[in-house]
Amino acid sequence: MSLSLQSGGSSSRVSASSFSATGTGIVAAANAAGNQVTTRPITTGTSVLGIKYRNGVMLAADTLVSYGSLAKYKNARRLLPVNSRTLIGASGEYSDLQSISDLLIANALEDRCTADSLYEEDNTNEECAKEVWSYLRAVMYQRRNKMNPLWNDVIVAGFQQNPDGSTSDTPFLGTVDKIGTAYEDDMLATGFGGYIALPLMREKYRPDMEEGEARALLEDCLRILFYRDCRALNRVQIAKVTKEGGVLVSEPYELDTFWDYKGYVSTKAGMGTDGGW
Amino acid sequence: MFSQPLAHHQHHQSLAEADAYHGKSAETRHLKPGELSTGTTIMAVQFNGGVVLCADSRVSTGSYVANRASDKIAQLHDHIWCCRSGSAADTQALTDYVKHYLSQLAIETGRLPEVKVAAHLMRRLCYQNKDYLMAGVIVGGWDPVSNGAVYNIPLGGACIPMPFALGGSGSTFIYGLVDAEYKENMTKDEALALVRKAVSHAMARDGSSGGIIRTLVATEEGNVKEFISGNKLPYGPAGW
Repeated sequence: MSLSLQSGGSSSRVSASSFSATGTGIVAAANAAGNQVTTRPITTGTSVLGIKYRNGVMLAADTLVSYGSLAKYKNARRLLPVNSRTLIGASGEYSDLQSISDLLIANALEDRCTADSLYEEDNTNEECAKEVWSYLRAVMYQRRNKMNPLWNDVIVAGFQQNPDGSTSDTPFLGTVDKIGTAYEDDMLATGFGGYIALPLMREKYRPDMEEGEARALLEDCLRILFYRDCRALNRVQIAKVTKEGGVLVSEPYELDTFWDYKGYVSTKAGMGTDGGW
Repeated sequence: MFSQPLAHHQHHQSLAEADAYHGKSAETRHLKPGELSTGTTIMAVQFNGGVVLCADSRVSTGSYVANRASDKIAQLHDHIWCCRSGSAADTQALTDYVKHYLSQLAIETGRLPEVKVAAHLMRRLCYQNKDYLMAGVIVGGWDPVSNGAVYNIPLGGACIPMPFALGGSGSTFIYGLVDAEYKENMTKDEALALVRKAVSHAMARDGSSGGIIRTLVATEEGNVKEFISGNKLPYGPAGW
């Protein structure tokens, strides 16, 4: 099997073997042309949460990348800035997230270098979040058509676009999934977050929420995800995009957890019971 | 990932079977739809005068935590306990049977049953039904004859007496740690400290283990059951 080093990363690889089966399961399958296609993720991140608030948009995610059931990398960054006013976060295959991040940062750099002016303050052609989201949707859908998806659910946070093409002050929050479905809303979540966090966020959301409220809500959701998702960790990051401050990603920190309910402490598997639950 | 039985030989599968096999996630392939698994880390250590048993508290179905504070240390008799790992349903059923047989035996013989006998009963059930069960169990306790004994009963139904035993999916991560830190003739407190430390470390790395730590000390005097809250573990859950 030949290895190829090409720009564009995992977009095209040629394999001489048609089907590589291992003892534990098929990792790489090949299509008719003999090109390798992805069939399952290996190093994975879990939920990413996003919510709009009074001054901008906030994203939250834990810092765990799992290797199957092994909690392998506990300080991984899944919330990444792509330009001065756009943030992405993704769950799913971590290598694909890094690839997406490299791609978007390369785009931003190219825009900077080919702009009319090299000065930051004259930088009016920077892509807003909505443009990044639209671009990503095209990328993800194209990969899906080749049966070789980037195995991620991405959330893009930042600002909308004005009619004249410049970045507006209206917050934007959108998601693109691994098959290219693009959707925007006031609050979003990927993975388990969709089941556990999104209902809580929908209950508490108000368009004029203060930053502290939004953060408390997201922290609470992350805590509950840590209780109920096997692939979650209580070490988390919060990131926000605001008009004044641009993109700010916090350092990872640990959430406290609560276990002292009487029903939890008491033993349940004594002689008079049926062996415990 | 690590508690799976050996993978089937794929060459003789039909395409439909291969699809069904790979359509399921690696963690839940061995379970029936909706079945609960105690992913688990369990451990037991013998010391002078008794036994310490320890377990985490996470019960999972795939990636969902069905119960974050379960009790995996089940009582089989006055001074005999077992740690359960594998399918929650299978181990609960096994525990019920062994409890029933042991209580009958105690009445018939008029004596406290030996840990060896409890372990043997458990092993018989696990071995003779090995094709239908997914259960890894550690039987440990005190009796007047042995003064403390631990028996490891892994998946196939073997019964192995040992000074300390590890089990469950999380145990794979702590063999090194326990090999390095275990010593013979420990005191009760040393044994307790070791199991708490080891199970914490396993919980920090195994996605299928987590929650709180329960410990049980079985001695001639009686049983002492303790609980360590998930935010007061010796190590983790975040760790490094």
